[in-house]
Amino acid sequence: MPIDNLKDMFFAECEELLEQLSEGLEAMEAGEADAETVNAVFRAVHSIKGTAGAFGFAHLVGFTHHFETVLDLIRSEQLTAELDTMRLMLRSSDVLSDLVEYARSRPDEQPANMEATKAALVAICDEAGAATAEPPSIAKQSATDAAEAAMFEPVAFEPSALDTLAGLELPQGKARYEVTFTPEDKFFSSGHDFERLLSELGKLGDFTCLADTSKFPHLENFDPAMCYLTWVFEIETEATAAEVLDAFMFLEDFCSIRELSMPPMASGLPPLDLDTGKNEGLALAAPSVVPEVSGATNSNAGQTSTPKVSPSTVAVASPNQGKPEKSSGAVAAKGPMLRVDPERVDRLINTVGELIINQAVISQRIVASGLDNNSDLMGDLDDFQHLAREIQESVMAIRAQPVKPLFQRMQRIVRETVEALGKDVVLATEGENTEVDKTLVERLADPLTHMIRNAIDHGIETTENRASSGKSPHGTIRLSAAHRSGHVQIEIADDGAGVNRSKVFEKAVERGLIEADAKLSDAEIDNLLFLPGFSTASEVTNLSGRGVGMDVVRTAISQLGGRVAINSTPGQGTVFTISMPLTLAVMDGMVVEIANETMVVPLSSIVETIRPEVNDIHNIGPNGKLLSIRDAFVPVVGLATMLGLANEDCDPVDGVLVLVRSDADELVALSVDDIADQRQVVIKSLEGNYGAIPGISAATILGDGRVALIIDTESILNKIGRKGNDSSGSKETANEPADALG
Amino acid sequence: MNRPTHWDENKTLEFVSFIAGEQSFCIEITQIREIRRWTPVTALPHADKAVLGVINLRGAVIPIVDLTEQLSLGASKPTERHVVIVVTLGDQTVGLLVDAVSEILAIDVESICDAPAISRGTSGDCILGLVSVDDEMSRILALETILPQALDDAA
Repeated sequence: MPIDNLKDMFFAECEELLEQLSEGLEAMEAGEADAETVNAVFRAVHSIKGTAGAFGFAHLVGFTHHFETVLDLIRSEQLTAELDTMRLMLRSSDVLSDLVEYARSRPDEQPANMEATKAALVAICDEAGAATAEPPSIAKQSATDAAEAAMFEPVAFEPSALDTLAGLELPQGKARYEVTFTPEDKFFSSGHDFERLLSELGKLGDFTCLADTSKFPHLENFDPAMCYLTWVFEIETEATAAEVLDAFMFLEDFCSIRELSMPPMASGLPPLDLDTGKNEGLALAAPSVVPEVSGATNSNAGQTSTPKVSPSTVAVASPNQGKPEKSSGAVAAKGPMLRVDPERVDRLINTVGELIINQAVISQRIVASGLDNNSDLMGDLDDFQHLAREIQESVMAIRAQPVKPLFQRMQRIVRETVEALGKDVVLATEGENTEVDKTLVERLADPLTHMIRNAIDHGIETTENRASSGKSPHGTIRLSAAHRSGHVQIEIADDGAGVNRSKVFEKAVERGLIEADAKLSDAEIDNLLFLPGFSTASEVTNLSGRGVGMDVVRTAISQLGGRVAINSTPGQGTVFTISMPLTLAVMDGMVVEIANETMVVPLSSIVETIRPEVNDIHNIGPNGKLLSIRDAFVPVVGLATMLGLANEDCDPVDGVLVLVRSDADELVALSVDDIADQRQVVIKSLEGNYGAIPGISAATILGDGRVALIIDTESILNKIGRKGNDSSGSKETANEPADALG
Repeated sequence: MNRPTHWDENKTLEFVSFIAGEQSFCIEITQIREIRRWTPVTALPHADKAVLGVINLRGAVIPIVDLTEQLSLGASKPTERHVVIVVTLGDQTVGLLVDAVSEILAIDVESICDAPAISRGTSGDCILGLVSVDDEMSRILALETILPQALDDAA
């Protein structure tokens, strides 16, 4: 089995474990943790360490070792998890996730703060008077194991003198692996030989072998040609994990291997439990006959062949350990998750998109053929439509992911920012299980990071200032997600001082963004924050004022089809609201006619549609027109000329005006010839085969099979210029199909 | 113009020849995805004159380029009799509007002549080589020079 595949599995597993870890740590920090949570946290770190060792990720093993040591002290209540300790634990989990990332992408480097954090971990250990060993470089496995064995001794079991193989001392340069070998049913009939396997393994080093006979059927059902056994080998060898797997030539796919990070029987525990719970299940499930088979070629191993690891021992040991067993049950209850290559899902989504279009084409054809509305075919067509829609929704649901990992990342951002700025801020999250398209979750990370940093840096006051204004000394940022009428709404609310409007105004004048005598409403001033090149921090901190302003956040979000709004109350804080579509693949649109072309306007930006009277339209300048509506004047934009489709726009009075609202809360009336329909459209990118077109965000395919372009209202509004400032930097049309040409 | 790397001297390659603006051109068959009848297009705003618009090719949106206009041979007036050759280059799929498709040619690479320097000009740059077919000359198109270039200048 290619080692790369194993590594991929390891990293996928690590992601899950890291998630468990940070979840558990947060519960511990909040003081909601029971012993079970602490155990889960410990096991997560322990599992990462175990597998990392098998792959030779030295940094990872070294760090997890210390992390685990401290967690074990907390677990065994030799160390109370006070605030400082918890902070260190959280920081360690950040470092750990960095380390995993490094191990994946650049194994030769290490995160900058690793050594410092490690030192802190060691220090806390020493304080608690526990024995810590040197970080176990892979070669020095023995020292680690010995140390660990010592560490584990307080657990209620006595080391057994009989465990010669699993003795505390491992010779230098040797490592111990556990290989679980579950051959397929046809193991014998396909010509494999178990004896050959044993002798191959014997060449590598001493080993023990435990057979799991739980799958063995009653004699009447017994098929001698079938293999019912699962073997668990424990081998002590100088060989690497890959070399051990080589012994299982052609059978690698049925093996799983891990490096044992502690001597299996040193503490008298059965060799197969302690961390994942997986093996424990196996041991518990084993019926009364669990024969231990000694390595055929090794006399030393022969001595270890004792009935010690019999089911009775297991049965006694596990309840004593209690908690892990319970949790393994909980994990199992969660049910197996399916890991699927995202590309396959995307392909499925694309095909379903085709299906929807095709269905629209068919129904249009059938309607055109003049069939009676009550005919059977029309009824069937309706069913078909429903089914197609249902399939589409279920397929979209596959891509949907809870925002939880995103929010957890934000916890980390808050920790780091708080540490750097010396403020006291906590992040409260709500609606973590709200599901959003995976792409959106990924692409929201940067804008959210930026906004959270901003909120801590600029929003929340210093502790002294808070105290003097009678607020609780620690600031709170509330990050929440919720579904609202087909959209996802994400709110970032701080309880800081609110936008300092006079300062913002001053700054905007200073930067030449507005005239000094401009009269702006409070909301308009707040929105100045989104202008390109605006940054209120008087001194540029290295956290949030990097010259990238909120305009970048707004651009990023509007590229995802979302909008961001600000609402600030002086003295009470600021709320940023991001509203996003649930998916990037379909959207609701209004189908309009412009100069004989059919186009789609995103429904999300439409406020209303109007058929204006002659009196409502006023000329301004040679070509300009204004629409008066409810005492306001709104500029009219002729889409036909704007998009270069015609030389002259139709008279707004003959057509329809579509009122759209920009991100910056400005209204514009787009003049179109007519409105044809309102429907869900499948978004097709133009950029792969052609390139970006100003004013057009994408294309879609209509019921008649023809292509319709989707209007990018935001870039249209940018084009007509807002408030006289140059916003050319905010919209990029920098797509380069030239790349595709090589 | 440099020849593609896979043009080995002793290989025989297959080309599809077609007529555009009364001249004969050909494209290597491996670059052609399909040949279809002309269907009305959806015009693109701010597009180059040679880009007629986009069509729906089984769910993919692909641009259609008027080959004669692109080669400065005058604009075509597309009718039902015109043909669209769908070509792929890298990740890009584009349809080329031509007058008619003629035949499939098997051509020895060694018989391909380089385009003489005299033809270098606006449309000469798009020619990868020349082959003679039954006393006629056919021009091998360099696809990368005629595909739409994102219209950066228009943006």
